[in-house]
Amino acid sequence: MFDKILIANRGEIACRVMKTARKMGIKTVAIYSDADKQALHVKMADEAVHIGPPPANQSYIVIDKVMDAIKQTGAQAVHPGYGFLSENAKFAEALEAAGVAFVGPPKGAIEAMGDKITSKKIAQEAGVSTVPGYMGLIEDAEEAVKISNEIGYPVMIKASAGGGGKGMRIAWNDQEAREGFQSSKNEAANSFGDDRIFIEKFVTQPRHIEIQVLCDAHGNGIYLNERECSIQRRNQKVVEEAPSPFLDEATRKAMGDQSVALAKAVGYASAGTVEFIVDGDKNFYFLEMNTRLQVEHPVTELITGVDLVEQMIRVANGEPLSITQEDVGINGWAIENRVYAEDPYRNFLPSIGRLTRYRPPAEIAAGPMQDNGKWADDAAAGEGFAVRNDTGVFEGGEISMYYDPMIAKLCTWAPTREQAIEAMRNALDGFELEGIGHNLPFVSAVMDHPKFISGDMTTAFIEEEYPEGFEGVTLPEDTLRQVAASCAAMHRVAEIRRTRVSGRMDNHERKVGTEWVVSLQGQDFAVQIDADPQGSTVRFDDGSSLRVASDWTPGDQLATLDVEGSPLVLKVGKISGGFRIRSRGADLKVHVRTPRQAELARLMPEKLPPDTSKMLLCPMPGLIVKIDVEVGDEVQEGQALCTVEAMKMENILRAEKKGVVSKINAGAGDSLAVDDVIMEFE
Amino acid sequence: MKDILSELEDRRKDARLGGGQRRIDAQHGRGKLTARERIELLLDEDSFEEFDMFVSHRCTDFGMENQRPAGDGVVTGWGTINGRMVYVFSQDFTVLGGSVSATHAMKICKIMDMAMQNGAPVIGINDSGGARIQEGVDSLAGYGEVFERNIMASGVVPQISVIMGPCAGGAVYSPAMTDFIFMVKDSSYMFVTGPDVVKTVTNEVVTAEELGGASTHTKKSSVADGAFENDVEALAEVRRLVDFLPLNNREKPPVRPFFDDVARVEESLDTLVPENPNLPYDMKELILKMADEGDFYEIQEEFAKNIITGFIRLEGQTVGVVANQPLVLAGVLDIDSARKAARFVRFCDAFEIPILTLVDVPGFLPGTGQEYRGVIKHGAKLLFAYGEATVPKVTVITRKAYGGAYVVMASKHLRADVNYAWPTSEIAVMGAKGATEIIHRADLNDPEKIAAHAAEYEDRFANPFVAAERGFIDEVIQPRSTRRRVARAFASLRSKQSKMPWKKHDNIPL
Repeated sequence: MFDKILIANRGEIACRVMKTARKMGIKTVAIYSDADKQALHVKMADEAVHIGPPPANQSYIVIDKVMDAIKQTGAQAVHPGYGFLSENAKFAEALEAAGVAFVGPPKGAIEAMGDKITSKKIAQEAGVSTVPGYMGLIEDAEEAVKISNEIGYPVMIKASAGGGGKGMRIAWNDQEAREGFQSSKNEAANSFGDDRIFIEKFVTQPRHIEIQVLCDAHGNGIYLNERECSIQRRNQKVVEEAPSPFLDEATRKAMGDQSVALAKAVGYASAGTVEFIVDGDKNFYFLEMNTRLQVEHPVTELITGVDLVEQMIRVANGEPLSITQEDVGINGWAIENRVYAEDPYRNFLPSIGRLTRYRPPAEIAAGPMQDNGKWADDAAAGEGFAVRNDTGVFEGGEISMYYDPMIAKLCTWAPTREQAIEAMRNALDGFELEGIGHNLPFVSAVMDHPKFISGDMTTAFIEEEYPEGFEGVTLPEDTLRQVAASCAAMHRVAEIRRTRVSGRMDNHERKVGTEWVVSLQGQDFAVQIDADPQGSTVRFDDGSSLRVASDWTPGDQLATLDVEGSPLVLKVGKISGGFRIRSRGADLKVHVRTPRQAELARLMPEKLPPDTSKMLLCPMPGLIVKIDVEVGDEVQEGQALCTVEAMKMENILRAEKKGVVSKINAGAGDSLAVDDVIMEFE
Repeated sequence: MKDILSELEDRRKDARLGGGQRRIDAQHGRGKLTARERIELLLDEDSFEEFDMFVSHRCTDFGMENQRPAGDGVVTGWGTINGRMVYVFSQDFTVLGGSVSATHAMKICKIMDMAMQNGAPVIGINDSGGARIQEGVDSLAGYGEVFERNIMASGVVPQISVIMGPCAGGAVYSPAMTDFIFMVKDSSYMFVTGPDVVKTVTNEVVTAEELGGASTHTKKSSVADGAFENDVEALAEVRRLVDFLPLNNREKPPVRPFFDDVARVEESLDTLVPENPNLPYDMKELILKMADEGDFYEIQEEFAKNIITGFIRLEGQTVGVVANQPLVLAGVLDIDSARKAARFVRFCDAFEIPILTLVDVPGFLPGTGQEYRGVIKHGAKLLFAYGEATVPKVTVITRKAYGGAYVVMASKHLRADVNYAWPTSEIAVMGAKGATEIIHRADLNDPEKIAAHAAEYEDRFANPFVAAERGFIDEVIQPRSTRRRVARAFASLRSKQSKMPWKKHDNIPL
């Protein structure tokens, strides 16, 4: 086995690889750019080599620099992670020339699968199902109809030079094929000056399902079941799971066998992923093969108990696979949520900055991955569920603008899908993340979405279910009551503490009452609290009651409560007269008042947030470098209005629509916070 | 006998109705609560003891003898906030517009006198149309009596003003002399002369809100210390502030049970100061991570944001915090920030509240804009305030502490008790570049040499150790352990005694 391995990557995947290397007794070498001096992967490694400035094209993907680091440290093998140099044949070649093992497939396989057209051809030859289509030149509408019939409706008529939906038509019958062909052709000619058209099968209700394969250099190959990654946003996967709730055993086997056949056809030797698109009738079609470790590999590990990184390293060391297809089962269910530094309320705008708080839920080992990836006989040992969090950040660390905005991959495993989802909901509730915008509320919402729960989803899930973007979660009545009861109990604890201040007037102390009105999500709940040392019974005015127990004390930012025997985890913040509560994707302002306070509060006018449609708001904390317009100027859509410098980057803010500047509230040199009004329009 | 007792109830009922239901409804219609409702929210339930419920005015001019409502437009008395005594007056806009008559003023004076004698804060809720014109000079005399008591009570008991409606003309000077002024957004305003007079005299057209609303006074004029969304929130937050304050200048600040680890380690503070010395960071993160339970009551949050002032608790005890904010203007000291911090320091000193100073200051803001407006004397206010303060003073330098600003920010030289510095500190007379250009003037034309000199200067001075060698810094501490170190420093100062030479009073550069 190798003594020392270099990980040519950063972030969570570098840390992930190091964990396995360490387990195998292999020393690790990290590489890092200027932006990553303090990074977790650098701290974790036995050695670290600096390889240049922050941009990846000047550091992490410069082959010469990585080769220098290898030479310098004497690493005998390189794991490329994903992204960066992981599918770069030249890099594999350079390693080969230097006599260093590449923990990945042979360069021939990378090349063969790296090209869309070649890979599809090879797949077809290897007997893999591909999307039926006609790539040749189509002369006229009648030919288009003929081809469409051969493929079978529905079909997609596409411009060769197309993009952005232009020159694209879906046809369900001959008539539509004829018309679609003509209009696509016209549009293509006008838009691209290239009217070549091709036709392929239109896949309805498409799902993204991929097969994990594992091959050695001795001709052995197996598949480790599938992962379903249909929940995507702009082709970026957000939620993944294994197995897929959609596949049956026959389809799984067919997809698996074809995937292994394809891998063998290109002499594959490592872990790889064959991606398919699957339609509503379980027809599957090859999309592409990723010749590397996939981001979402943990869900496969969680249901199979196979440590994929270990297998990759062993294969790279020339060992034959020690697992046969018969060894691979499906044990339980695993779900992964990718936690991104993206603000779901601002159309998933990337958010960068300091993680002022980063406290992921505690990892719990159970099921197949228990004991660091070794097979465990008792699948449901321990808690009955597992929590795994692959990350490369830490509290006080920085999410930089230079790299992928992924913060962590939170995975849960449980014997059933339902239990895995429930474990995920609780894990997300306990994930403390502050300082930057992040998508925790969004993925929490997905975990509670009926379509996701039923497993009935397609790759269009996000755009169909959140057409206006994500606007937060409205809690259902029963959860709302649990939150209300919890807040009442917590408020009472906080108020009693307030009465313990020094300097009180003896014998005239304040007595904290038992009746409260909890206002949240536009609803008022009148409650009465009967507290005893074990907890509180919170009675609602309709006669129902909830028993709440918790060791929460004022200042705790995470409240772990027991409500009627079920766990409830709340993120607790301070607001005047109550709490900011975040749970299950909801973000609520909760006020807890005495009945009289509540009565008076109802007299307060409701203040509508100011209409910001005619204002230019500062999108990030930053410094105004210059203002490009003056009061009275008429501005056109897209015209530069001002420049804001943030994180050393100059951002030009442009007019969203035509208008006349009526007021300018900031000048060059002013430092502004998010949502400060820079200027207003008539 | 029974009739006599019930007459009291009838009279009380009448008095409690103030200006009558119609006016109460109108008050509610403006999004405002009545004087009594406000007192209810301010004080602990059923703790209000009212005085002078039946006082009415003695004016007989302009037909005033025909309307003599009980209470005369102000509700006064005392009650408790979390069991601690406070005196309160609340002007009743439903009664003669809350206008100030001689008797109205007399009622206020009575509770102020009692507050001083009995050592309890005064909280004034202002909602008044101004002087009772019908009374003429009697009304003015009433204002004057209140002013004099504001002055006498200053530094004896905390005085808090809550502006919850109009407060115009001479009336503004009573709140102006109290320790804190809070306003309610959209329903309160303060100005010496109103929009009409302004228009007549200067031809300026301005709305009441623009001239003296909550936004104006919290962001531009710094007259107000905070603004809240509505009456309910404002009064809840005043209660929260009172929990931090001592009842008078003879008592220690309050202590309450806390649920936090005194030795809590915050590893993330080790990376708070960015590697690049020119990059900003948020000093509030340090404050929140040091404070008990992350609880911080900020004063003047919206004004001179380059300095942060407010209250936290350490081990349950109130501590006043003054901190440079590198996020705004690099945390530079200027006229506004010096004035803001100086007033806060003097409040803390007057009421025996220990002061924690967090320093990251590149110096004073240069320029004619500052010099012409007298940055020398305004800057001196902060210097003076720190130097005269005898309360426990603990200072932590996180990064830059340059030049005169270093001395001003509670340095050892101003009798600070414990001065800590993070390893990232740079305590020097100025930044390396500027210093090099002066020391090595001869090499100015040789960028290479200058760069070498600058590097040399940085090596020598861009650290806390030169100051530590001289004892100006008591100890260089790890950022992560700041909470524990500072809490222990204040613990060691609980019996601090420090005297000032006898003087009638000092002559701070006002």
